Amino acid sequence: MAIRTEPFVINVGPQHPSTHGVFRMRVTLDGEVIVDMEPVLGYLHRGIEKLAEGRTYTQNIPFTDRLDYLASMTNNLAYAMAVEKLAGIAVPERAEYLRVIMSELQRIASHLVGVGSFLNDCGAFMTPFLYMFREREKILDLFEMVCGQRLTYNYIRIGGVSYDIPEEFLPALDKFVREMPGFIDEYDQLLAENEILLARAKGVGILPKELAINTSASGPVLRASGVKWDIRKADPYSVYDRFEFDIPTGSTGDCYDRYRLRIQEMRQSVRIIKQAAEQLPQGEVLTRVPLRLRPPAGEAYGHIEGPKGELGFYLVSDNSVTPYRFHVRAPTLINLTALRDMMIGWKVADAVIIFGSIDICLGEVDR
Amino acid sequence: MRFERYGIGIAKGMALTFKHLFRKPITTQYPEERLTVSRRARGNELIWDKELCVACTACARACPHGCIEMVTSKGADDKRIVDKFQLDTGRCIFCGLCVEACPKECLFIGCGYEKATYRRQELVLGKEDLLLSDRKQPSGYARPKVEATLPEQTMLLNRKQYLDRVKKWLD
Amino acid sequence: MVGFNPDHGLFSYGLGALPPDWPGNYWLHWGLFVIIIIVFVLAMVMAFIYFERRGLGRLQVRLGPNRVGPFGILQPVADAIKILLKEDIVPAKGDKLVHWWAPVVAFAPALMIFAVIPFENGALLADLNIGILYIVAVSSVSVVGVFMAAWSCNNKFSLIGAMRTVAQIVSYEIPLGFSIIGVALIAGSLSMNEIVTSQNIPFILLQPLGFLIYFISACAEMNRTPFDLMEAESEIVDGYHIEYSGMKFAMFYLAEYVEALAISAIITTLFLSGWKGPLLPPFLWFLIKVVLIFFAIVWVRGTIPRIRVDQLMAFAWKCLLPLALINLFITGIEVIVLPQPLPWLIVFLNLAIMAILVLLWSKFFKLGGGRVEV
Repeated sequence: MAIRTEPFVINVGPQHPSTHGVFRMRVTLDGEVIVDMEPVLGYLHRGIEKLAEGRTYTQNIPFTDRLDYLASMTNNLAYAMAVEKLAGIAVPERAEYLRVIMSELQRIASHLVGVGSFLNDCGAFMTPFLYMFREREKILDLFEMVCGQRLTYNYIRIGGVSYDIPEEFLPALDKFVREMPGFIDEYDQLLAENEILLARAKGVGILPKELAINTSASGPVLRASGVKWDIRKADPYSVYDRFEFDIPTGSTGDCYDRYRLRIQEMRQSVRIIKQAAEQLPQGEVLTRVPLRLRPPAGEAYGHIEGPKGELGFYLVSDNSVTPYRFHVRAPTLINLTALRDMMIGWKVADAVIIFGSIDICLGEVDR
Repeated sequence: MRFERYGIGIAKGMALTFKHLFRKPITTQYPEERLTVSRRARGNELIWDKELCVACTACARACPHGCIEMVTSKGADDKRIVDKFQLDTGRCIFCGLCVEACPKECLFIGCGYEKATYRRQELVLGKEDLLLSDRKQPSGYARPKVEATLPEQTMLLNRKQYLDRVKKWLD
Repeated sequence: MVGFNPDHGLFSYGLGALPPDWPGNYWLHWGLFVIIIIVFVLAMVMAFIYFERRGLGRLQVRLGPNRVGPFGILQPVADAIKILLKEDIVPAKGDKLVHWWAPVVAFAPALMIFAVIPFENGALLADLNIGILYIVAVSSVSVVGVFMAAWSCNNKFSLIGAMRTVAQIVSYEIPLGFSIIGVALIAGSLSMNEIVTSQNIPFILLQPLGFLIYFISACAEMNRTPFDLMEAESEIVDGYHIEYSGMKFAMFYLAEYVEALAISAIITTLFLSGWKGPLLPPFLWFLIKVVLIFFAIVWVRGTIPRIRVDQLMAFAWKCLLPLALINLFITGIEVIVLPQPLPWLIVFLNLAIMAILVLLWSKFFKLGGGRVEV
């Protein structure tokens, strides 16, 4: 006699310890197997794109900090690049090198949070999370030395960087860069070859190559599926073409590959910082732009390789002090397109892991 | 799962955690111990030097949110004076754009960060609360002369400094 | 007299006489031990809560609680006071009677285990000659309490948690039982006191595989990481005790720690030769060994991630159960075939066999549970 079963719907609801913010998934379960999934967004919508249309270009910079609050420097950088493209402003060399150093430090910090929360979701009760936060504290101390804040920096401005680095920055940076590879090795020793983690994450949540390209995924999610595409090499911006670094790629596109990829990207970032700190030229750091900048009418799209993917700003100007249209191409929102296909067929416990391995930040998903 | 590594992966992880038992913890016992903030710290207060101000309202125009409310008028011998200078600390995001915009360098951002109040109305600060005083330490953000006088920041990178930390300015 | 004696096991060197039965009077013995057990259990549970939080903190480069009392010693007391002052919420549509009884059914069996754990030679509440069997039987009752709790919460997440839990606890009982039989074979009796007195070398050396299997199964029985699916904080948000608050939640919380204490005490008795030791009084040796085992449990919790429910079931049935059976078989052969064994021969033999078995099983063991085609 066959037992009659029927699927039921649960809400992995907005308040949940591991949805990285307020994100809701309505999951249809058949026993423990997921048969359907529907994401519900919008719980953190603040209307940044509309608010930005009422403020001048310089006043918009603190707003861009608050989009992806875990990686504010790269947000500022993308916006500044878009405005410079629009208005045709040149940036001095020292400023470019400082921008690269800040971006790469920010990339390490963001990956530390991403990997830490992923491992926390796997169940390792905060131990790797706290170890990674120890390193993140060191990076935030460096940022505090330069610009005064630890989370929303407002440092990279239109036409360069707002202030020059103090003298104790370079020795501290040097010390950090020397110690960091040792700590990354420690993280590897802790959990990289752990059998339980391999069982949980290897082969789980596979994103095939064609699907990744068709849904315009970008960043570590795309590279883990085997596509070697990184904007720093494909369309170099700032002074990235003067450094040598590798682009790690994965092979299968499962959660384990994404986790390993982020760790390897951290190593490459340390390499870039070392080279940039050696080659840092002297000079000024900011081209003065008027407070109420009036760029000529037109449009520009400035994009960078942020820690979570390709972050782009599309600006349309109509020759007034405020932008006419300010649109953010948020990488994590677009990476989430493939979430449903990645999740179907797996179990409830895997839903949380797959979602954590994409490493979203609700501030930019909902803007 | 395969135990391809014969359980060695788990053993290595456990050896690392065991080693951490013997390291000094990095916790700061707040509020008895406080760390020195950086010289360019953007804390949660704004400090205004009334003597140097020429009432140009550049700060109010630079603010992204419009938190600064300034009312000026022409006083005796044709100089502009400030009638009302009010800052809504609840809306302010402490970005420092107003400090950078001031031409006479009379506006400073403060180092203090313990500014919680019990009522929302107490967050709106008028002219008297914003004045420069001995109880508030201005930070060196956009003010290089002040920056040179401040003590060095405690950083986790310098562990010996980190372990010996008592802050004099704030209490 | 040395040798194979069908009344005693492999290594009982003729103690012959019954263990001392102090303090003599039946009712005095009973009353004294009830008081000792309750005081011991409650005090040790408080100490364990403190050790765990402090230990996890130190493993994670931070301090544990250190505000309440010197070094935070009074933290469990503060927790207890906080929990007592909370409002008792009962879900409106749940079954009220079941809701009330569930914590009791989950907590009481854990406490009953302590009746047969020896603190010294003959110092037990009841020297049953089926000690081990009593323990296994009593600890299975707490599963019912867990399921009652989840049922009365009227909540889908709790139900998922409960189903997983029942499956997990029931499947891990079996390797647990088999590894205990190995010890019983060597000691020659099921009574806990006799097992301790017949341990001249600790049984952890004679039964390394048995110890490993027992440790893993016991962690699974207690719902501790890496098997803490039923209270997986990041997935189903605390599982079956979401809806409880106040003293009822405290009962579940305490039940978990009392079970941890019970398992540590059982492992000390079975594998680490209980209260035996050279210089210090026996009670102190017992305490030291119990704390050491608990430290190992906390250490595992701090390091290892959680495994998934289908992998958990496969691990129990395909990996632990065959290993436990083989262990039993080999122990049985040793007991019969070698009448006058040198202890160290058996130790080396067993260690070698364990190494070979673990290597073999790791090579060929594969879990299923991939993606299901929908």
